[in-house]
Amino acid sequence: MILSLTESIIALGRLVFGVFTALGRMVIFIITTLSHIFRPPFYPKEFASAVMNVGYLSLPVVGLTAIFTGAALALQIYSGGSRFNAPEVVPQIVAIGMVRELGPVLAGLMISARVTSSITAELATMKVTEQIDALITLSTVPLKYLVLPRVLAGFLVGPILVGVADSVGILGGFLVATLTLGFNSSTYILDTINFLTSADIISSMAKGAAFGFIATLMGCYYGLNSGRGALGVGMATKSSVQAAAVLILAANFLLTAVFFTA
Amino acid sequence: MITFDNIHKSFGTNNVLCGVDLIVDRGQSMVIIGGSGTGKSVLIKTVLGLVTPDNGKIFVNNQDMINAKRDNFLSKFGMLFQGGALFDSMPVWQNVAFRLQRGHLKLPKTEARQIAIEKLQRVGLAPDVADRLPAELSGGMQKRVSLARAIAADPEIIFFDEPTTGLDPIMARVINDLIRKIVVEMGATAITITHDMTSVATIADKVAMLHDGVIKWCGTLDDMAHSGNPHVDQFIHGRAKGPIKTLR
Repeated sequence: MILSLTESIIALGRLVFGVFTALGRMVIFIITTLSHIFRPPFYPKEFASAVMNVGYLSLPVVGLTAIFTGAALALQIYSGGSRFNAPEVVPQIVAIGMVRELGPVLAGLMISARVTSSITAELATMKVTEQIDALITLSTVPLKYLVLPRVLAGFLVGPILVGVADSVGILGGFLVATLTLGFNSSTYILDTINFLTSADIISSMAKGAAFGFIATLMGCYYGLNSGRGALGVGMATKSSVQAAAVLILAANFLLTAVFFTA
Repeated sequence: MITFDNIHKSFGTNNVLCGVDLIVDRGQSMVIIGGSGTGKSVLIKTVLGLVTPDNGKIFVNNQDMINAKRDNFLSKFGMLFQGGALFDSMPVWQNVAFRLQRGHLKLPKTEARQIAIEKLQRVGLAPDVADRLPAELSGGMQKRVSLARAIAADPEIIFFDEPTTGLDPIMARVINDLIRKIVVEMGATAITITHDMTSVATIADKVAMLHDGVIKWCGTLDDMAHSGNPHVDQFIHGRAKGPIKTLR
């Protein structure tokens, strides 16, 4: 009994130590990466390439996810609203639901599924095949050359992707509402515009920046810290997507609390 | 000149380097031999800062590498990695001219490309290879491109990590001859890591044997055949019996 209690305390201690070690490494990784922002050399081509990969190439998946979610949301609100004789709230609830919550979260999760995984797999493969070592011997700092352009791109492009998700999601609701639920199109648009506030849109953009940052950062961190071989690359990719998704949802809760309960 | 002074390195409980002392003179081609997993690659990676030694010092031209400015220090080196380590997202010429397009050695794009093509020709590759991606090349061609990248900025010191691993005997011979030719023509200091005795015979001025984390023997290529060292004798003749355990 005493032995098992001791073992449990040791295991708990190891767990706590492991969590704090990982957190410490992550914080050092972030600080070191960001410390390169204003120090030359700069890599505009790598930044442009990252913007293309994180932003432009994510548009289809973000747009498709948002339009179907917006459409389903309109149907659900119409059905649910009818129970207490308020089916006319569809435009307002679709707008607020997409802009405040679903647009940012869906865009964030889609970025983590598409971008985090690809960044991790790419960097982890580069590590396994000694390309990261080769970069260092060629006087290039991997954090500056590989990480900073991707993280900056995620931070700057995230709000744009969220804006697209918000707009396309509202469009999905609009199409369902006007084509199948009998809503008047101009009334629907006016209701949407009049109901949304600038705080809704600002919070949405802020979430986009945070989620883009988290998704790309997790991809880079796990990629550069991957284990060896195909197993190491696979584990790193899985862990990065899991970490990005959980952190995005946690950050969403925190940002919602900051913006809407203050 | 490169001086390794009492270098120690462990990974967890695995003591890889246990006090390596070695001097490589300027312009000399040193080949380090030893079995797989004896720390040969770790040793050269300590010079480049890719692995930090737990103890000991490394001097390059009598300058402690810890005090050296990274960018200037690394610009003295070229390295041929075991697997080539070519950047698969960029064409061959950009791989070769990577250093010439960044940092304090930066050149205009056309000039960097021209130098890359010259270096590719020097390692026996045609100019039309320049615009291909590394994945489109055979293993031997990738090794040559990696060799071209290692010499692109005319480094003072070149490291070759297992240059013939994975190549057929003919291509291995071609790469060995190329390395020897380049080292002689450039007058560079070279350290080659290998367990291929054909490479040793072609490339080496001096040979050092790394085993159990220390240099067991060091001498000229001519002395190696009658070194009298049981580790060296067993290794160069490929005997299963001897002081080097076959089960590691």
